[in-house]
Amino acid sequence: MTKFNVINTPIHNVDGIAKVTGRAEYAFDVVLPQMLYGKILRSPYPHAKILNIDMTQAEALAGVKAVVTGKDTLGVKQGIWRRYKELCDEEILAREKVRYIGEPVAAVAAVDEDTAEEALDLIEVEYESLPAVFEPLEAIKEDAPLLHENAERNINVTRHIEWGDLDEAFKQADYVREDWFRCSSQAHVCMETHCAVASYTPEGKLTVWTSTQSHYYIKVLLADVLGLKENDIRVISRYTGGGFGSKFELDSAQFCSAVLSMKLCKPVKIVLSREEEFMATKRRTPMFYYLRSGVKKDGTFLVKEARVFTEGGAYTAMGATALYLTGFFQSFPYVWPSYQYDGYRVYTNTAPTSAMRGFGAPQATFCAETQIDLIAEELGIDRIDIRRKNAMYAGYEVPGQATIQSCGLIECLDKVEEWIKDRGKLPPHHGIGIAAYGFMSGGIFNWFNTPYAFSSAIIQVNVDGKVDLFIGSQDMGQGSNTTMAMICAEELGVRVEDIRLHMGDTDKCPVDLGAWGSRETLMQGNAVKMAAADVKRQIIEYAAAKMSPNIVYDLDIKDRWVHLIARPERGLSYFDVVKEAIRGKEGQPIVARGHYTPHGKGMISPAYSFGVQAVEAGVDPETGKVSLKNCVTAHDCGQVINPLGVQGQLEGAIAMAAGYGFTEDLPMDEGKILNPNLVDYKILRTTEMPETTVMEVETYEPEGPFGAKEAGEGLTNPTAGALANAVFQATGTSIKELPITPEKVFNALKEKEKIKK
Amino acid sequence: MEKQMLRITVNSDFHELYIKPKMLLVEVLRDELGLMGTKRGCNTGACHACTVILNGKTVKSCSILAIQADGAEVRTVEDLADGAELTPVQRSFLDHGAYQCGFCTSGMLLSATTLLTENPNPTVEQIKEGIHGNLCRCTGYNSIIRAVKAVAEGKYKEGGK
Repeated sequence: MTKFNVINTPIHNVDGIAKVTGRAEYAFDVVLPQMLYGKILRSPYPHAKILNIDMTQAEALAGVKAVVTGKDTLGVKQGIWRRYKELCDEEILAREKVRYIGEPVAAVAAVDEDTAEEALDLIEVEYESLPAVFEPLEAIKEDAPLLHENAERNINVTRHIEWGDLDEAFKQADYVREDWFRCSSQAHVCMETHCAVASYTPEGKLTVWTSTQSHYYIKVLLADVLGLKENDIRVISRYTGGGFGSKFELDSAQFCSAVLSMKLCKPVKIVLSREEEFMATKRRTPMFYYLRSGVKKDGTFLVKEARVFTEGGAYTAMGATALYLTGFFQSFPYVWPSYQYDGYRVYTNTAPTSAMRGFGAPQATFCAETQIDLIAEELGIDRIDIRRKNAMYAGYEVPGQATIQSCGLIECLDKVEEWIKDRGKLPPHHGIGIAAYGFMSGGIFNWFNTPYAFSSAIIQVNVDGKVDLFIGSQDMGQGSNTTMAMICAEELGVRVEDIRLHMGDTDKCPVDLGAWGSRETLMQGNAVKMAAADVKRQIIEYAAAKMSPNIVYDLDIKDRWVHLIARPERGLSYFDVVKEAIRGKEGQPIVARGHYTPHGKGMISPAYSFGVQAVEAGVDPETGKVSLKNCVTAHDCGQVINPLGVQGQLEGAIAMAAGYGFTEDLPMDEGKILNPNLVDYKILRTTEMPETTVMEVETYEPEGPFGAKEAGEGLTNPTAGALANAVFQATGTSIKELPITPEKVFNALKEKEKIKK
Repeated sequence: MEKQMLRITVNSDFHELYIKPKMLLVEVLRDELGLMGTKRGCNTGACHACTVILNGKTVKSCSILAIQADGAEVRTVEDLADGAELTPVQRSFLDHGAYQCGFCTSGMLLSATTLLTENPNPTVEQIKEGIHGNLCRCTGYNSIIRAVKAVAEGKYKEGGK
């Protein structure tokens, strides 16, 4: 008998048919009676005072219904780190000063998009241009222009992590290596751009349909800035066309459509253009990384010192989290007896930087893994061996930070080593690079200051045995709806088709913090499992009364069969038991709640995933062009819930992370992004995608539902580092700046030639 | 600007519409006919999310004026399934998990369907070329390529479940 009936079997996503028939309704598709269309006027200056805004001409244009500026708002400085007032620094509609090109200064609602667009041209904004600063290492200088009055030298957030005795450890090191790295920015490029339809009615209620990763967060953040009660706001987000970290903060489409709708008492729809999406939504944090590492001759890691300056852009956003996590994951997935990290997030006159899949860890992993290969090369140690020697293990405590309860890293290294051996001799100018990583399964630190449990679920079992599952988690494509249906079906002992899912609506669903930091499988999954176990217990109570077995027998439900565990053939149909149980409950459906908030698991995360990736790349010595051939990943995500989903997450992460490694970049000139379109910004296409192989290493994570942990986000961590190491193997040159463009490789090769001569 | 008459057959239904001549085909499909399955990811012809089939060929419906499609026959994603019966490509997409957020899926299905009509036995390279213009940020494409390949290999019959 297999352990599971539902879990670890390939099934169709619960919302798959809606998606392949074009019936899935995104916020982008919402149309309401009397709906108006909104557009946002954005600053052309990276840093300027707003002296005056003249809207008379725009307001006079036929078809224009309203024009609003920051003066029409409560002027609340908001931010997602709600617990800390000083980190709430963004007004969204700027009242006095703009700090990046693309910052919203006014918004228009009109009868159609063309009219709204035309009205934008008629708004006259008088600016006084101010000196601006774009690079963090410039912005921290004493004479640099200040973005925010309270942030001396433009330092927005600092983070410090430390354990062990740094000085003593460096004294004991046989070999010390210092490197500087530069990690670039990256755009999320969700296929559905940020959009919202806000509808305020005279009853004082606001409904917002939007594309988001957390309907709960958007509800609360809107309440903060609009002066409404949280529960006078309803946020609906049935389908979200991609998120990747870009859609859990309050955005300009949500805020401006709400402000306009409250003024007009009519629905207002705002869809950001692709250009706005690039210029004026948040992006991956660029980082300047300094690493100094000390090791023993035999490759034993002793000590690492890391210092980071990040380009924060104009506002805090989720940058405070990224700054901590990059420092925490810089030590991963290894045992460093002494470690010190200092991170500085610096305000600059550029679009704010924030969360993006991996959350600071891809940057950390790129630098760390590149340096480890350089250390191994210098000491003449095999690169797998040096990683194996220092690998984290189950039971390891990251001093003062976290405890690793499950860890399949060694097995992952073994599998990748085997694959490399089997691959045999490579064609000329090819190299295989490897990188190891770890990642969190949801965050613990409550910076949002929610009073609710981090995840909740409600289950109702109806008279026909159909199960209503109410969840607060948000599916943005990663498949959490399917995961929750599978966990519910497995625990309760029914099939996935018996589950009716209710999600994406704050009026109907219990609170969950949303889809970020790889939290849904573990946190929402635990809440669902708890609720399902409760309804199962209630059903079993009735079955036990009816069957009256010997008191020592236990009952269970599997695949719609309520039975004695010791004598599985003795049982009753789940459907019959449910029908009678409801009659016995005076006609009430069987209901239960489940919830999860991590306790006693440190400050970072309740569980950690691990993995090792090998990337085979070819380098054209004439042009420096890098092409990907193979990408092999050994992966420990605990118990796999949905194998098709894990594979999809893995392949998707490779595409995104390889893009970060070698094709995607956001070059700027004086704060202006030069490639704000999908022709010049190059995400991977079919022909650039390598072959992908997944090797699962199953462990059991005691904190996760059925032993599961994170499987989607951490996979973005290793690829850029593995790619850099593949180029190193192929050419003998190490590229320490992302992305690894042909130009950088070509110049590095030329430099190497010069040194040889 | 004066409105013009557009005569167009969409998913076998004939329509006569008065439209502004600057209206794009995607706007007519979504805003006039309510066919919301056709998405718009960039409006500049770069992402192919708005792909539809026009007289048997795929086009980006954000890159042509609706009036250019006067007299034409257009198929959108809503026309693929016959009632509850999904096409081989749709069923294969489900089995292979060849979609995640679903926003590029309509365009991807129509590109794949047209590719297989024109070339029922494509190699993997030809599949990659055939859907090269369609951007997907979620899947990394390989599941889509496997799905199309499985249809080409005859694993999904027309009219099957």
